[in-house]
Amino acid sequence: MTSDHIRQVILEILERIAPDEDLTDLDDARPFREQMELDSMDFLDIVMELRKMYRIQIPEEDYPNLNTMAGTVEYLLPRLKDVAVGA
Amino acid sequence: MRYDTVIIGAGMSGLSAGVRLAYFEKSVCILERHTTIGGLNSFYRLRKRNYDVGLHAVTNYAEPGTKQGPLSKLLRQLRMKWEDFDLRPQLRSSIVFPDCKLHFTNQFNFFVEQIAAAFPHQIDGFRRLVTRIAEHDALDLERSALSARQVVSEYIRDPLLVDMIFCPLMFYGSATPRDMDFNQFVIMFKSIFHEGFGRPFDGIRLILKRLVRHFKSLGGHLKLRAGVQEIRQTNGKATSVLLDDGTEIEADNILSSAGAAETMRLVDPHAPLMKAQPGDISFVESISVLDCEPASLGHSDTIVFYSDSKDFHYERPNVPVDLRSGIVCSPNNFDYSQPLEDGRIRITALADPHYWLNLPEEEYLAAKEYWNAQIINSAMKHLPDFRPHVVDTDVFTPRTIRRFTGHLNGCVYGAPEKFVNGQTSVRNLYLCGTDQGFLGIVGAMLSGITIANRYLLK
Ligand SMILES: Cc1cc2nc3c(=O)[nH]c(=O)nc-3n(C[C@H](O)[C@H](O)[C@H](O)COP(=O)(O)OP(=O)(O)OC[C@H]3O[C@@H](n4cnc5c(N)ncnc54)[C@H](O)[C@@H]3O)c2cc1C
Repeated sequence: MTSDHIRQVILEILERIAPDEDLTDLDDARPFREQMELDSMDFLDIVMELRKMYRIQIPEEDYPNLNTMAGTVEYLLPRLKDVAVGA
Repeated sequence: MRYDTVIIGAGMSGLSAGVRLAYFEKSVCILERHTTIGGLNSFYRLRKRNYDVGLHAVTNYAEPGTKQGPLSKLLRQLRMKWEDFDLRPQLRSSIVFPDCKLHFTNQFNFFVEQIAAAFPHQIDGFRRLVTRIAEHDALDLERSALSARQVVSEYIRDPLLVDMIFCPLMFYGSATPRDMDFNQFVIMFKSIFHEGFGRPFDGIRLILKRLVRHFKSLGGHLKLRAGVQEIRQTNGKATSVLLDDGTEIEADNILSSAGAAETMRLVDPHAPLMKAQPGDISFVESISVLDCEPASLGHSDTIVFYSDSKDFHYERPNVPVDLRSGIVCSPNNFDYSQPLEDGRIRITALADPHYWLNLPEEEYLAAKEYWNAQIINSAMKHLPDFRPHVVDTDVFTPRTIRRFTGHLNGCVYGAPEKFVNGQTSVRNLYLCGTDQGFLGIVGAMLSGITIANRYLLK
């Protein structure tokens, strides 16, 4: 998967978790939590959705990497590089 | 068959936990002894009419699209939509005590103004109490107990106002008599006064049916008429359940919404491993079906909480029904776009479970009829005489509740002592729902979600 694909996947996950948020103007460099109502339960759900979709285990100490869209994409890119799009 | 998790009970908490687990691809089976889902908040059909067992109102009301608060949190967690609950807001509710009446709506400021007008000397204290409540983190599962009456009396000096505030909060969510834990007080204060009441046009069946459909579409199994008779364990670790019909189902984890004492009896009926006492706060409810809308008779309040005595007595009465106080709810008085099929008045009063559970079968019907008339009679001070318009009646008692949900004593809010972290003395056996500590419809759902997240999604 490319960075663009991963970004798209994350957007879809955020839409499922927080359907009432408008994500069109999401700033990739700023923390998600500054731009939307995302509590710790919601945040854990991002991790769990990724696990469900790609069987990827993200250890707790890596969570800080997932605070922004840019950070999340960068973190996932090497881990999902062998995953086919649409898988 | 072996499951990751077996859930005992298809009430609000069990179904919500089930949705979370099934969504994240755990194999999960919900076992329910009754012939239908819903537990303490189920629904039924009687003489060609639809009834809700419990539903007066769903608390924690929020406008669709709201991003904060318990309701939005639970919809997100369940991946469900606002339409799945279809909550319509209340019109206005009242708290009525001798010589004093306070109204409230889903706009908290209106309630503050009511208090300022009726209790001008207490309003500053009340505002400080509101700040204290806002600063309290009620979802901290590792909290210690604190008397709510003691805290509230630091801010409000007039005992009448104290009782008027406690009255709806206790009626809708206190497992303990006379006083509440401050944490529970905060949860109830926010869910009733800050957020308020709503109701789906179609009643609780709408929410339950959506939950079950969702659960099944995610691959979850639901077995009705499947009572759990025994929870089996090996070396202190739960391993399987034995059903009433003798079937054994193995599971890595067991989550029970049957109640703490009830669950521990399933582990060992003779030597309970954990001290768990069932509560004894229960109610009798009188449901009248009318040939007209209550509003056409001049009654347009959604819910009236009343006490005819200046001090509010919230405890197990030593008479079959405590007629001094009660709740009048009209499911018609919500902001719907069309009227309900028929008019309804529901009146609830505290009842003595021991009387109702021990009554000989042949006296039960007559007692129900007698006390129904008494309850309606005593509520007449608070609403117009609807009796000439009654076309059908149903009454339930603590006996009904025990029969259909298995809760000992027919108690509605469970044990006075809660097991907030959801753990039991048996490894891999967890509690959710009423006895875990989050009460009511929204509370039970959040309880199922919280315990599933904490222990069963690893
Ligand atoms: C009369 C009444 C009015 C109410 N009104 C309101 C209201 O207006 N608003 C509100 O928010 N809340 C209301 N409540 C409270 C609310 O209904 C409950 O807090 C909530 O439904 C509790 O859900 P639960 O999942 O914890 O427990 P339950 O609903 O009791 O679920 C437990 C389930 O487990 C099943 N079970 C028990 N033992 C076994 C066994 N051994 N094997 C298999 N299954 C078993 C039971 O049959 C039951 O279905 C009311 C309750 C009552 C009784």
